[in-house]
Amino acid sequence: MRKILIIVAALIAPTMGWAAGGAATFPNDKIEIDWDDKAAMQRGARTYVNYCMSCHSAEFSRYNRVGADLGIADDLVRDNLIFTTDIHGEQTKVGELMKNTMNTAYAEEAFGVVPPDLSLIARSRGVNWLYNYLRGFYIDESRTGLGVNNGVFANVGMPHVLAELQGLQIPKYRSESDGHGGEHDVIVGFEIIKPGSMSKSEYDNTIHDLVAFLDYVAEPYKQTRRNVGTGVIIFLFGFLILAYMLKKEYWKDVH
Amino acid sequence: MSEDNNTKGLLGWIDARFPLSKMYDEHLGKYYAPKNFNFWYFFGSLALLVLVLQIVTGIFLTMHYKPDGDMAFKSVEHIMRDVDWGWLIRYLHSTGASAFFIVVYLHMFRALIYGSYQKPRELIWLFGMFIFLALMAEAFMGYLLPWGQMSYWGAQVIISLFGAVPIVGDELTLWIRGDFVVSDATLNRFFALHVVAVPIVLLMLVVMHIIALHEVGSNNPDGIDIKKTKDANGVPLDGIPFHPYYSVKDLVGVVVFLILFSVVVFFMPEMGGYFLEYANFVPANQFKTPEHIAPVWYFTPFYAILRAVPDKLLGVIAMFSAIVVLFLLPWFDRGKVRSIRYRSTSFKWLLAMLIVSFVGLGYLGALPSTGIRTLFAQIFSVGYFGFFVGLWFISKNEITKPVPERVQ
Repeated sequence: MRKILIIVAALIAPTMGWAAGGAATFPNDKIEIDWDDKAAMQRGARTYVNYCMSCHSAEFSRYNRVGADLGIADDLVRDNLIFTTDIHGEQTKVGELMKNTMNTAYAEEAFGVVPPDLSLIARSRGVNWLYNYLRGFYIDESRTGLGVNNGVFANVGMPHVLAELQGLQIPKYRSESDGHGGEHDVIVGFEIIKPGSMSKSEYDNTIHDLVAFLDYVAEPYKQTRRNVGTGVIIFLFGFLILAYMLKKEYWKDVH
Repeated sequence: MSEDNNTKGLLGWIDARFPLSKMYDEHLGKYYAPKNFNFWYFFGSLALLVLVLQIVTGIFLTMHYKPDGDMAFKSVEHIMRDVDWGWLIRYLHSTGASAFFIVVYLHMFRALIYGSYQKPRELIWLFGMFIFLALMAEAFMGYLLPWGQMSYWGAQVIISLFGAVPIVGDELTLWIRGDFVVSDATLNRFFALHVVAVPIVLLMLVVMHIIALHEVGSNNPDGIDIKKTKDANGVPLDGIPFHPYYSVKDLVGVVVFLILFSVVVFFMPEMGGYFLEYANFVPANQFKTPEHIAPVWYFTPFYAILRAVPDKLLGVIAMFSAIVVLFLLPWFDRGKVRSIRYRSTSFKWLLAMLIVSFVGLGYLGALPSTGIRTLFAQIFSVGYFGFFVGLWFISKNEITKPVPERVQ
């Protein structure tokens, strides 16, 4: 039987190596999000409400929930994170959902698509994708109206709203074989030709913090879940010892 | 159990009116199970545990979920964010769905290696297969409810399979969906079926499965009949009362299971996109087809069989046949020996082929198909059906080892 099991494992093993390589995109870096780094998430929240939120709502999240989780007092949330008003001109309440005022018909006309809500974008796309996408805009004059393209999401309808921070960059290409006899150009690097207000590392940090915020907002209870889970598992291990001793005691008389 | 229960007091009062003590004895206190149950025998009680977990968490989810095309996705996020402990209830339910299939697949595998489906346990196996079928329906309809992209398009693809039925196909899909596409109408009926109809059927089948089991008695890793050797009181010599022996033993299994389950729930609820698919965090959009539509992992072996056949109708037939042959397993196996411990080498090789094929199909079913993958899916499909055909041939005059009289 053991011999058969080994052969079975050997037969299954090669099929596991088929994970798709995926199309080449650039940049292709990985980041680590520190779930305890509330300061980074606070900075990310600031970037989000200032640069993203006029187009992209985070409508499953509430302002005061973000405030409570990231350690921002309600009055600071009102002064720094809430820029919308209700129909009477009053500032949006701190307990409300993080919606924006963009009209969907207008959005469709301006961008071709309604900018998606970003409450869950970190869960559907992943943090690495976001980190690379937001650093992947480059000059492409062929794109009327936008003037930019993206190395991660080709022909995306979004303008480079962070250009004033990052500046504008042009891609460096290298010719690569596509494995079927043809050749095509792939992006292997960027060169900033019009500097923005930030250095490259400052911009990378800003994006890191923004992605940390998006990661938080996609699952606000992530940290709680981990803490509760640790307690639950420690309890279960204790319970396991008792359950095992109970079983041994009862089974003493089974021969 | 014909002797009078001489119970007194409140219990006596009840026993005179309802067979409480009798039922307790029949199913727990005097249900004699073989004393040599091993690791594989934990999964029956674990399946029951997961069933209860799904029902309880499901009830709480229903209190906050809204089965409405415009509100379903939002209400799930409302549960995840605004409902106290809602995130926990939801992850318990979503992880429970996958855990249910893991436990049930292992439970079925146990039946396969120890011949628990053989005479006289054919009905237990059949009830079990109906449970498996109901479970698949339950999982499929439940997966539509979060109303994400994968919920929506997965349902769209699977329902469209019924369109392959000749003549009435289009009418049939229309009748299932209640609309020309998957829509609010579909969501509402799936909700009704998921929370009321299918659970009732499941519970009834589980009761029948257990009653049938307790009527004929449990099989064991040696595949021998413990009722053949009894003591003076009619108690099987190799049997021990289910309670307390197996209740305390299963408790250990339950705790180990809960530890593994908690690791997923609390530390990796998405399980790398297998338990909660990443594309399902995007709300359903009927105008935007995702690049790659894959069913959840527990359906992938059957989905791979479907795709392995080039013709749609034949593919659908092949997929349903893959389940039908499982129902017929007790009649494919013509052998007299139950346990793999005493069966022939050819049986072991056939079983190995089944494992490779099933796991291979499950793996391929989750990936987009390419030429080489389709070829492998075809080979594995042949391997899957080959097990049943092969079993029919080898089991007639199988050369087996001598089976002991008593459990080892």
